Amino acid sequence: MSDPAAARAPAALETLDLRKTYANGVQALKGVSLRVEPGDFFALLGPNGAGKSTLIGILSSLVNPTSGDARVFGISIHQDRGAVMRQIGLVPQEVNFNMFETPFDICVNVAGFYGIPRGTAKRRAEKYLKELRIWDKAFQPTRMMSGGMKRRLMIARAMMNEPRLLILDEPTAGVDIEIRRSMWQFITGINRAGTTVILTTHYLEEAEQLCRNIAIIDHGNIVENTSMRALLSKLDVETFILDVGGPCERLPEVPGVKLTCLDGNTLEAEMSKRHDLNSLFAALSAGGITVTSMRNKTNRLEELFVRLVEHGAPNKAAA
Amino acid sequence: MNDLRSEAAIDADARGFSVARANAVALYTITRREVRRMLRIWTQTLIPPAITMTLYFVIFGTLIGRRIGVVEHGFSYMQYIVPGLVMMSVITNSYGNITSSFFGSKFGRYVEELLASPMPSWVVLSGYVAGAVLRGLLVGAIVLGIALFFTSLHIAHPLVAVTTVLLGATIFSLAGFINAMFARKFDDIAIVPTFVLTPLTYLGGVFYSVNMLGEPWHAISLVNPILYMVNAFRYGVLGIGDVPLWIAYLVMCGFVAVLGAVALTLLHRGVGLRS
Repeated sequence: MSDPAAARAPAALETLDLRKTYANGVQALKGVSLRVEPGDFFALLGPNGAGKSTLIGILSSLVNPTSGDARVFGISIHQDRGAVMRQIGLVPQEVNFNMFETPFDICVNVAGFYGIPRGTAKRRAEKYLKELRIWDKAFQPTRMMSGGMKRRLMIARAMMNEPRLLILDEPTAGVDIEIRRSMWQFITGINRAGTTVILTTHYLEEAEQLCRNIAIIDHGNIVENTSMRALLSKLDVETFILDVGGPCERLPEVPGVKLTCLDGNTLEAEMSKRHDLNSLFAALSAGGITVTSMRNKTNRLEELFVRLVEHGAPNKAAA
Repeated sequence: MNDLRSEAAIDADARGFSVARANAVALYTITRREVRRMLRIWTQTLIPPAITMTLYFVIFGTLIGRRIGVVEHGFSYMQYIVPGLVMMSVITNSYGNITSSFFGSKFGRYVEELLASPMPSWVVLSGYVAGAVLRGLLVGAIVLGIALFFTSLHIAHPLVAVTTVLLGATIFSLAGFINAMFARKFDDIAIVPTFVLTPLTYLGGVFYSVNMLGEPWHAISLVNPILYMVNAFRYGVLGIGDVPLWIAYLVMCGFVAVLGAVALTLLHRGVGLRS
């Protein structure tokens, strides 16, 4: 039985038939309807040019929609832009701060744009710059910071109004794995504390690990909108990587399994999830091939993503 | 029912007050950022006008002015050109401040910090205009201070002088903001000062009285809005001017209203800013 209180609660984000046609005639969004529940960690994926940044641009008031509506915690962007903006924190894809200012000033100023008194703004700037481990650079011009530091500064800046909805547009692009993990940790903590997070990323492993729900956008249309678990369960095919003891040029025929020799000592086996592994091992053994180790090919979401944007549906692709 | 209504009204009042307070904080933040930017690059913003105006005072005021002698109502040529040169500095610096700062924020994309914030358009515009006006006033004060090394001045009508310089700075801040909104490259913010602002300033009665001109040049000069600002300010400082004061105020207030409305409309629509 559904909770009536939850049913009444407005969505963190709801877009209704959102369309955008640019002046050059490009239709970036062709009627996007989407719902993100409060507290969710939501992945918005799509290939380059799919319409992700346009959608985020509309939500953050940087792009004017052609038609349709977007509501943030029940407030329409057409009805009260200021109230909507107070709910949102945005981490854009491109670095967009003044390179001559210091991180501390940037954060305090942005807080000021939200009407946050200077004393509070200074305390928050210190808190978030410390949490994101760039406090030691807080009073140096931002042009002297590394790419990873700039990305973390943009997250700190987006936190200055302590938003209820945090939108991250490829926040970890070009960031090394150690910093990326620390950023994941921070964002996960923010989400656990109650902030709704919408994440776009090209690292599908990141989306698979962090997000509970997902929408895939392609050519301005939502082609999938479901829970991560439900989406992954649609993938009927599994791929294994097998390291073999000897050369694998002559491969045996195994019904229901597609075998590919990647290099002299590595095999790729693509098969239905229902297919048993025993027959594969028996056939390989009969063919004189010894398997020394085996692992799942990562990443499952990547496989689904490619199939969705190429063919439109995972089942169709897996069939 | 009455209780509920009064509660809603109190809530609305509180919300209105908190929005007003937030807007005041935002306005202060933009203005402060603009002033800090101006002071950070003082070698580009404050020193050049001081040097240029010193040269004007030395060459036109002292060397050439000595040969010209008394111009009008017993004022020396040096005294006559001081208000015009102060106004010229105020105008060019207000304009230059807002175009370079706002276009810089577009070019560096940090204008998005403003666009993605809850600030209404009028707060953004007022903040930038306030910063530009303050630079105009500061440069104007520096130039006036330098002038006092070369000649003595007694401010005839302080209120007129202050309101004129404020209106002049506001007009050219608004004009500069509109220029920066349409600008797509740095060349676009240099074209107007070079081909429009400088000729209009030089032909706006800074160095001469338009009453010295014959027709049609006298009539043509009256179309130049800078003429009204220079002469109103000269009236404020020296007590003399070529145009009636009320017409000068009418022209200046009219420009503030029209340019303000245009700038606000463009900003609200996001011309040159939003896709």
